[in-house]
Amino acid sequence: MKSFAALFNAIDRTTRTKEKTAALTAYLREVPDTEKLWTVALFTGRRPRRAVTTTQLREWAAERAGLPLWLLEESYPIVGDLAETIALILPPPGRATDLPLSHWIAQLQRLHDLPPEARKDQILDAWDQLDATERLLFNKLITGGFRIGVSQKLMTRAIAAALGRDEAEIALRLMGKWRADTTTWHALIEAEDAEADASRPYPFYLAYQLDAAPEDLGASDDWQAEWKWDGIRGQLVLRGGTHHLWSRGEELMTERFPEFSRALDFLPDGTVLDGEVLAWDNGPLPFGTLQKRIGRKTVPKKLLAEVPVVLVAYDLLEHEGRDMRAEPLSTRRAALDDLLDQTPAEAPLRLSRPIAFDTWQALAEIRATARDERAEGVMLKRLDSPYLSGRKKGDWWKWKLDPLTVDAVMIYAQQGHGRRANLFTDFTFAVWSGNQLVPFTKAYSGLTDEEFRQITVWVRKNTQQRFGPVRQVKPHHVFEIAFEGIHASPRHKSGIALRFPRMSRWRRDKPLDEANTLDDLKALLASYG
Amino acid sequence: MADQVLCFTDRGIYCPAGDFHIDPWRPVDRALITHGHADHARPGHARYLATEPAAPVIRHRLGEITLDTIRFGERRRIGGVTVSFHPAGHVPGSAQIRVEVGGEVWVASGDYKLESDGLSEPFEPVRCHSFITECTFGLPVFTWAPQAQVAAELNAWWRDSVAADRTPVLGAYSLGKAQRLLAMLDVEIGPILTHGAVETTTQVLRDQGLHLPRTHHVTPELDPKDFPGALVLAPPAALGSDWMRRFGAVSTGFASGWMRMRGVRRRRAADRGFVVSDHADWPALNRTIAETGAENIYATHGYTDIFARWLRDQGYNASVVPTEFGSDDAEDGSA
Repeated sequence: MKSFAALFNAIDRTTRTKEKTAALTAYLREVPDTEKLWTVALFTGRRPRRAVTTTQLREWAAERAGLPLWLLEESYPIVGDLAETIALILPPPGRATDLPLSHWIAQLQRLHDLPPEARKDQILDAWDQLDATERLLFNKLITGGFRIGVSQKLMTRAIAAALGRDEAEIALRLMGKWRADTTTWHALIEAEDAEADASRPYPFYLAYQLDAAPEDLGASDDWQAEWKWDGIRGQLVLRGGTHHLWSRGEELMTERFPEFSRALDFLPDGTVLDGEVLAWDNGPLPFGTLQKRIGRKTVPKKLLAEVPVVLVAYDLLEHEGRDMRAEPLSTRRAALDDLLDQTPAEAPLRLSRPIAFDTWQALAEIRATARDERAEGVMLKRLDSPYLSGRKKGDWWKWKLDPLTVDAVMIYAQQGHGRRANLFTDFTFAVWSGNQLVPFTKAYSGLTDEEFRQITVWVRKNTQQRFGPVRQVKPHHVFEIAFEGIHASPRHKSGIALRFPRMSRWRRDKPLDEANTLDDLKALLASYG
Repeated sequence: MADQVLCFTDRGIYCPAGDFHIDPWRPVDRALITHGHADHARPGHARYLATEPAAPVIRHRLGEITLDTIRFGERRRIGGVTVSFHPAGHVPGSAQIRVEVGGEVWVASGDYKLESDGLSEPFEPVRCHSFITECTFGLPVFTWAPQAQVAAELNAWWRDSVAADRTPVLGAYSLGKAQRLLAMLDVEIGPILTHGAVETTTQVLRDQGLHLPRTHHVTPELDPKDFPGALVLAPPAALGSDWMRRFGAVSTGFASGWMRMRGVRRRRAADRGFVVSDHADWPALNRTIAETGAENIYATHGYTDIFARWLRDQGYNASVVPTEFGSDDAEDGSA
């Protein structure tokens, strides 16, 4: 575990991508294949089956440290990470060993066959021979989530460099639903004739936000425009008579959206579509409606009928079994049009139709009507561009509408955790209803570190009441809250819920009584909900 | 409240029987000051009382003030009260203040640490009935490694940075932490350059007899190229500032107890975080409280709610002192 811990420290210590890549490359050249395989698996969010619950971990750690459980529970939100909290409170190890990462994973997997008491003995025994970093990593094997700033791109690059292979090929091999305990490093990365996994998606191409004027992009007829849909990005893979739906986060969503089992009735095998999953009823439904489906792994019949979904396709990545990504967009689109033009209304597929426009000015006017189309703005894609992978500047731009805003009063504050422990960063905002302040949203982001520091000092001085970690503060500060959408929500006291709320400005200039009212919000709901 | 030896007001800790305040945050007539950090020694009081070794820095920072000094352990009458100052081990000259009225003893800890740093007068526990304790790091996740171990990490980072053609720039509060780090650095590796804020405070402490390694003040005329292999010591605010540009490629480090938490290390966006604190860690807080023999504990500065609840679990009569934090941000300050 020492070499894995050293890798973790090397990556965690730097913010420089080059240094992280170099550390990972050097590591991959050094360690045995089983270690490589598990390292890559962990960094792509694949972890061993959970053998103990986090509740058990907390109890055992508190007991081992000789502390009451409540004290561990209070420390956890301040540290912001359970695995780290436990690593920090445990007494120093009694002995030192250096067993490989794969040994600890194998041991965790064997825990399943042991009675609970024996599991506890093994965990305590592991803690007693690992140093602070190793313990953190060991705990992470159980709790999951190795978020240490290793992007897919960085890892792909390091593997390619360590093996002297092509980055794009490595990227493709890492996609999909492989598991470290059912494959080998050789089969995953090296095998020359590895049978392409029928389910494997292509790496997504991600657009940048357009901040400049579109005129800077050059002649408008080099570009295709279409609506920027407000749903979930998805890739529908139809191969070998089966279908798989992937999210941008490489999560398999096939079972969550059973509608797509019919896709093969309308499209030929060997087709891969890139598009947006939307709730649809003769047109897109608000994101809030789609949300009812997102959290559910199995979908009751009633909900399936109430909130049907479709894929609004905007790109064709594979056609008749052939990788289309190197073809220009215009060619891919022509083939996509042919595929989808004739599909009947019952198919869970729609074409994201290009918007006809002559000049950038004309497009700007069309963009202004995006909310009427339940879109967030428009997408601009260069007609002669290939389908790249990852976020690369130049060919795809999202040209979003300006967000909606309201001015609201801060009424509750809570400390952040992790990177923002010790600062008040999580706030609840209210609007006026008569002379009452009605809470309607929380927001966590949008201020600078310096502003968070200032508001933290203010909150400490102006706390009126404490409810556990939440502090009620004197109504005084007005913030402009920006958001992307608004919908009715019976779960909230105000009756509304916002999409992507954040603090866009600290309105120090604005007196308290000039904040917006609940009626203002209801008017926005009527217009855009 | 009026009957208590010490009570808590909107100006800070107040002693009615002696009519003085301890580390007040608004102007008062008579202020007893534990040490020179900005959140404890504030300007605007009519009269100050501090220990002899704390006085030079306080004068340096606050300018023309009426400051009387007292030796460690010396007993002095103020009104109907006997006061004395006892080493807190936090920074050179820092004190706990003992207040006795009619046989009842209270101690206000100020900031303190137990591990001897070789510069500050070593901490001495003081028996009392009521103890006002800081608890900046009053959570069990905060435990410090021995100073020698952190010194080894620090010097390894210095060597590695130089080997990688980067100048190590170490951020640390200019009073206390900076001098402690100076004493931890291995001067065999190379010269030590200092930012003006660090240099002036260091000079004040040298003048009062503290033995510290040689430093080179970074003035506009100084060319860093003349100091190959150097390490730079600067206040936290200088990290990432224009001032730092003159050193070319750098590796930044930050030394604080908060560096114990990975999230805070990442927020700092320094290349390296070193866990060095001038405050008591969790075991030290608990040990100190036990050693005072006090029944009543007042927690201030830090995770007061959680720490007081823990102490009540341990059988103490513990409560939280309302503190106005002003512009103090412990993370940027002396922690």
